[in-house]
Amino acid sequence: MSEEKYEPVIGLEVHCELKTATKLWCACPNEFGGEPNTHICPICLGLPGTLPVLNRNAVEYAMWIGAALNCEIKPSKFHRKNYFYPDMPKDFQISQYDEPINVQGYLDLPTGIRIRIERAHIEEDTGKSSHLGKSGRIHASYGALVDYNRAGVPLVEIVSAPDIRSSEQAKDYVSELRAVLVATGATDGRMEEGSLRVDANVSVRKGPNAPFGTRCEIKNVNSLRSLVRAIEYEIKRQIEILEDGGRIVQQTRHFNEDTLSTVALRSKEEAQDYRYFPEPDLPPVSPLDTWINKVKQELPPLPSQRRAKVKETFGTAEDSQIITLVEQDLDGLFLDVVSRGADCEIALRRLLNEAASQIEAAKKLDAQDFAELIGMEKSGKLSATQCKAVLANMLEGGGSPMQIAASLGFEGMNSNELEEVITQIINDNPDAFERFKAGDEKVSQFFVGQVMKATKGKANGKAVIEFLEAKKS
Amino acid sequence: MKLSDKPLSAKEIAAGIKNKTFSATEIVRNSLSRIDKLDGDIHAFLAVTGDQALLRAKEIDEMVSKGEDPGILAGVPIGIKDNICTRKVATTCGSKILNEWKPPYDATVIEKLRSQGAIVVGKTNMDEFAMGSSTEHSAFGPTRNPHNINCVPGGSSGGSAASVASGMVPLALGSDTGGSIRQPAAFCGVVGLKPTYGLVSRYGLVAFASSLDQIGPFSRNVEDSVLLSNAIMGHDPLDSTSLDIETPPIKIDIDKGVKGLRIGIISEFLEGISPEISKAIELACKYLEEGGGQIESCSVPSVRQSLSAYYLIAPAEASSNLARFDGVRFGMRVDGKNAEEMMVNTRTAGFGNEVKRRIMLGTYALSAGYYDAYYGSAQKLRTLVIRDFKSAYQKFDVLLSPTTPTTAFEIGAKVDDPLTMYLSDVCTIPTNLAGHPAISVPFGHDSKGLPIGLQVLAPALKDNLTLRVAKYLESAVEKANV
Ligand SMILES: [Zn+2]
Repeated sequence: MSEEKYEPVIGLEVHCELKTATKLWCACPNEFGGEPNTHICPICLGLPGTLPVLNRNAVEYAMWIGAALNCEIKPSKFHRKNYFYPDMPKDFQISQYDEPINVQGYLDLPTGIRIRIERAHIEEDTGKSSHLGKSGRIHASYGALVDYNRAGVPLVEIVSAPDIRSSEQAKDYVSELRAVLVATGATDGRMEEGSLRVDANVSVRKGPNAPFGTRCEIKNVNSLRSLVRAIEYEIKRQIEILEDGGRIVQQTRHFNEDTLSTVALRSKEEAQDYRYFPEPDLPPVSPLDTWINKVKQELPPLPSQRRAKVKETFGTAEDSQIITLVEQDLDGLFLDVVSRGADCEIALRRLLNEAASQIEAAKKLDAQDFAELIGMEKSGKLSATQCKAVLANMLEGGGSPMQIAASLGFEGMNSNELEEVITQIINDNPDAFERFKAGDEKVSQFFVGQVMKATKGKANGKAVIEFLEAKKS
Repeated sequence: MKLSDKPLSAKEIAAGIKNKTFSATEIVRNSLSRIDKLDGDIHAFLAVTGDQALLRAKEIDEMVSKGEDPGILAGVPIGIKDNICTRKVATTCGSKILNEWKPPYDATVIEKLRSQGAIVVGKTNMDEFAMGSSTEHSAFGPTRNPHNINCVPGGSSGGSAASVASGMVPLALGSDTGGSIRQPAAFCGVVGLKPTYGLVSRYGLVAFASSLDQIGPFSRNVEDSVLLSNAIMGHDPLDSTSLDIETPPIKIDIDKGVKGLRIGIISEFLEGISPEISKAIELACKYLEEGGGQIESCSVPSVRQSLSAYYLIAPAEASSNLARFDGVRFGMRVDGKNAEEMMVNTRTAGFGNEVKRRIMLGTYALSAGYYDAYYGSAQKLRTLVIRDFKSAYQKFDVLLSPTTPTTAFEIGAKVDDPLTMYLSDVCTIPTNLAGHPAISVPFGHDSKGLPIGLQVLAPALKDNLTLRVAKYLESAVEKANV
């Protein structure tokens, strides 16, 4: 099989739950979890006679997303998407159809690739069914329970152009998109709680100039890892069919987490006719220019801008380090600490290696304390090991690094004491010192070890080497 | 005191209760006994809420005795069409599928009525989901016309119209999607107003066609219609299509007469009407001219296509609005092997034929490949109707027409012939498409003694103008009969 001659073409639809305080059409709390059917009212249950009233904050959040994705924010309308399903209270979904609020934007990936965004529109979420039958599909089950807590939760669906060319790129896109969405404050972006859900449209074609192939839509992708696996499985499946002389059937496929494969849900022939028509219960949404401009002005810095800022401050940092730093939301602390005179390299290392494993605590670190700590490592007052130990304490309860170092017995040795110890050790080991003077670098480690032993680890390794060098002449 | 046999108007009741001429309890008892006496024949009510009404009457009486003002409808009994949600009281929409469903909330109009002292005495019969023009499509049997119990009361708000016409209640609420208030008002000889779209909140009105539905009042005279309009109109934050305007535009200037008003007679609506109704129009023109009105014929060409546009838009919206009656969350459920089969079984058993007909029509009109030809062109026609009315209102202050091409027809005469039945709404439908106000006011009787209704139409928010002209016509008829 010759996978090389095929090029995958991927477009992603990302559903993002907005973190408004209340639902899209009613005053019910928009909260994840809760006992089933406790966050409901006549409106989000779609009881006869009820009407939707649009949540203004949801519109504003959608506009933040549009602005962050470089979209044009436009006057828009709601439509009804009609289909019967028990977890849809009204048996239609209110969504935006041919006049979405955000159109024609783009997202630049850290790798430099630009993925176009076709639209990012507002719609309502459905409830959740759990089936008592043996199969996961509703047609085969003999009983079902429905929880409507999620019904009417505001969503923004972000539809990319078919610009993605590999599973890895798809992963990059979703990671970067997630970072952008979280940065706007419109969503918490938790894939594991379903506040970010991805559907992938996958096709393959023979080379970059060939027309697009027939695509399949893959649903139920619940993590980045699943996304990569589902896309890879699907690419392989489609290439195999084509290589065997077969034809791809346009269909919706379901990714099975257990078998790591995709199975057909329905083909285009049985595709639903959603009978879209304008929602008569809601007037069009036409945000004024003043509102749009306000949103654009107040948009918080996006990950790409934040990465650029770090790069500007610390030019030799690796891209992957900067990406992680911003992803972990520790770039603010980094820049703050550096602006207080801390060493870039040490600060970045301590943030990525130690602080990143306790993000929440790290975000609470006092910048001045942290800068002092980095200063102590830099000046040699603390060894790297000591610095980590002090930092661990700071992350646990905070406090001044000086005091913590003192309480741990890391009182740095003063130079006179250190010189005395080193002189003594040189005198005890004249042969070794001769070899050192002759240029045998390895011997330096012997001396450091001896000094550490004599000082019970209080000495700074770098300082020991400096003394040795000084003693050479 | 002894209550007279001639039913009192809402205005008389509210005044009498406030000055303690009689009590709200007496009034409600009187209303309930009249329902008891007459409704066996007429069947205007699907449910009578006597106990609750008497409890509420007692509260009103206590308020009056304490010197408090219960509101502009103090102690006035009222019938509510059964597609308006009433908390803990079954709301059936004239359908089996709701299975005596008791809403957990009150419609906004019900809250407004309560705050003005009105007392709900029962829920009135209607064509299933307001789809029909005779109340014969109620799953619970037809309502009969109080003027002749062999005739239909009109529909879909036939129960409300008949309850007022027979004096069981002075007021009732109906809903009008294509004439469902005005046509039964005409058939039953009472006043029925369809207000400007957006003036009365639709929150709690079980939707038939959302862009056309409007709740409105039934009464035996125009003044009471003003009273009830003022009680129910006003902005509602729960209805996004509710107009956000300061005060309802109904002022009590309805006695100003018609002097100087330019009145157009819609020529398209004179085609094919019964000769007796045609005569009524001529007589009305004479009265209006005597009152100083300027009468002229007026053409609104696109009203000819209104019926076709309406029978695409209304069913399309209905097909979606009625999707939620699926047996999952409320109402009737007929089990099946799986969820889909359960939904199909429930809807098959729960909906009547007329409702199924319209759901199918609407589903088809919205289908891929047909949308532009059907729903799309219907919307274009709707724009055309609005444009034609707009140009008519450049020349005229109000328009006049018969409310219906004929007076009430016999029960069973049209029930198997939907197209003929649909034609009885030909004069009322264009108003709904335009979102304008229109009123039906009684104007004499035909040779069989059946009431004739005339319709006064006006531009959006000129509801008071329709009431003013209606009031003039009402007085003219009274004077002529003296
Ligand atoms: Zn709710």
